[in-house]
Amino acid sequence: METLVYIALFAPFVSSMFAALFGMSPRKTFVGIVASLLLLISFAASVMLMMHIYATGTGIHVRMMDWISAGDLSIPFGFLVDQVSVTMMVVVTLVSTVVHVYSIGYMDHDKSFNRFFSYLSAFVFSMMILVMSDNFAGLFIGWEGVGVCSWLLIGFWYHKADVTREENPSISPSWAANEAFIMNRIADLGMLVGLFIVYWNVGSLQYDAVFSALPHLSGTVLNAAALALFIGAMGKSAQFPLHTWLTDAMEGPTPVSALIHAATMVTAGVFLVIRANPLFSVTPEVSYFIAALGTFVAFFAASMALVNRDLKRIIAFSTLSQLGYMFAAAGLGAYWIALFHLAAHAFFKALLFLGAGNVMHAMNDELDIFKMGGLKKTMKWTYLYMGVASLALAGIPFFAGFFSKDAIIETAYNEGTLVLWAILVVTAGMTAFYSFRQVFLTFEGDERYKAFGIHPHEMYKFVLVAMSPLGILAVIAGFGKGSFEHFVTKLLPEYHMSEHTHHIAWLLGLIVLAFAVSGIVLAYKKYAKKLVRDEKVENSFIYKLLANQYYIPKLYEEFISKPYAMISEHMWKDVDMKIVDATVDGIAKFLYKSGDGARKMQSGNLSNYLNWMAVGAVLLLVVAAFSAMLG
Amino acid sequence: MIGLTHYLVVSALIFSIGLIGVLRRRNLLMLFFATEVMLNAVNIAFAAISHFYNDLTGQMFAFFIIAIAASEVAVGLGILIVLYKRYGSLDLDELESMKG
Repeated sequence: METLVYIALFAPFVSSMFAALFGMSPRKTFVGIVASLLLLISFAASVMLMMHIYATGTGIHVRMMDWISAGDLSIPFGFLVDQVSVTMMVVVTLVSTVVHVYSIGYMDHDKSFNRFFSYLSAFVFSMMILVMSDNFAGLFIGWEGVGVCSWLLIGFWYHKADVTREENPSISPSWAANEAFIMNRIADLGMLVGLFIVYWNVGSLQYDAVFSALPHLSGTVLNAAALALFIGAMGKSAQFPLHTWLTDAMEGPTPVSALIHAATMVTAGVFLVIRANPLFSVTPEVSYFIAALGTFVAFFAASMALVNRDLKRIIAFSTLSQLGYMFAAAGLGAYWIALFHLAAHAFFKALLFLGAGNVMHAMNDELDIFKMGGLKKTMKWTYLYMGVASLALAGIPFFAGFFSKDAIIETAYNEGTLVLWAILVVTAGMTAFYSFRQVFLTFEGDERYKAFGIHPHEMYKFVLVAMSPLGILAVIAGFGKGSFEHFVTKLLPEYHMSEHTHHIAWLLGLIVLAFAVSGIVLAYKKYAKKLVRDEKVENSFIYKLLANQYYIPKLYEEFISKPYAMISEHMWKDVDMKIVDATVDGIAKFLYKSGDGARKMQSGNLSNYLNWMAVGAVLLLVVAAFSAMLG
Repeated sequence: MIGLTHYLVVSALIFSIGLIGVLRRRNLLMLFFATEVMLNAVNIAFAAISHFYNDLTGQMFAFFIIAIAASEVAVGLGILIVLYKRYGSLDLDELESMKG
């Protein structure tokens, strides 16, 4: 079994290194094929591990080697494959295998084809380290690794020039990449502080050691550690107020958005909360804060998605919103439900993004859904996939999202947090509306793209076939809920609805369904026939507020970036140039001057030299005499 | 009675004369003389101290210095002759070829 662990972990690494060999050479299809095959191997190994754990009920713990050992500090490279991490492994490798195959088609015309696969596989490797590590330090390494790969991939088309925010809200790929990286750095500081608090008080970073030491720690320490770790999770999972990077990250190639910024990396924060559930279960205040923030983000992001016109940004907002749902579940103590929603969401959200990629491919990289419409004629399969994914996202019965999202909303009711419940229900309606607004504007109605001289065409066959596993899972994943619960609650705390909730579960489900269906119907009425733009609505304050993302990016720029730039300039011109540089230059000038002065000694006259020698000898004598007197 | 102090004073005086010669003289040949004077001043001090302590090591050193001074003079005079042949002068102020 140990071998399988290593295969699952290192196949993506080998793939990355292999692709990197061809990083600078022109496009070679076999690079993509080999990378996809290696990922498939990793996926197969993960599935075998899952079956093994399912059968035996115990996790596998391997210790590869010692990594850091200094004094009392000992951090091994150890890997823990248990119910939680194996679920993540299967999800990550499945989605990444599909995305790798998809990328062979999507990146077909890109001259950096090989480089792309190298980065993509490196990301998968980092993500595997993140989920498989048996200690917080290894998790942090993976955490940073995925951050770097995310930066590389968002900025993949780094050669594009910066434009104004009015023209493109995310300015340029390299700008967006830096934004994402820097925002994550801010959050990572919180994470590091959390790790230090844990290490300081426990003396170890191993999960089992930390969790078994929790009862001996004081409440303050626990709260501080939980809060600091959650700040780290907020950055990676793009929770308010660190959420702006996620929509800007859509500048990256679409397969990247599907894999990293929807299905896997952004769920790392949720994973952290689930992994550290013993810590969060004993800090109810922090947990409640997580649930409240998650609910707020769910609503907040959904509201921005309502009016957005950018195909990918709408999906990005919906990712944010769904991450909010996951945090809400985790914060309320329903860890297994959070993990279930994470897995289900990964499938349909990746599918949705890949479908969006198909549309982009067909529309010559046009993203404005107001310029699309009527694409169902040419893109039947993509329509089907995106439709299925949107149904799953909206929580229509018997699709994947229905089971997971309903469970979260039910949990909110069960915990008695009716405000959270109400917000989540309304958000479910909004989710349905914006997903179908997007689907109808893209695929139904009048063919507005004709005005722009675009000739859409369907994606390659093999790409469509490669997407089918996700499509199937988006439909059927929900039916695995019972066995999934049975599987992961061996490790995670069980969560049961109370008798009362159980009784009215059908009513709760019906309310959510009513909201979801009315959202879809509203979207159908407004957008399915043809696009009618209402000037009055578009000029209203609320519409503008939402379309500009509550002016938060602008606020950040005005109140954080610009003052910071001003301070930096001040520091540069006044402190660096006038103090630091002046000191260094002064030393250099002194040396020059003294050297210039001492040059005169080199007169070439032996008699002079002898005089200097005598002076030196006398000086040395004086020094010797003084030191003899003093010492 | 002539004691150690007298010898050392003489030695210091001769050394100073030699040192002044080294510092003030411009002629290379005179410089040589001056160094020889300094060496011999040291020799006097060595011999006197050796006698005072009844230890032969100091005299042994004096002999070494005489031997080395002799060989040094042999080499030095050779160089002086070559220099004089080439430049026609032994005045240090005229031999400034390595001015920095």
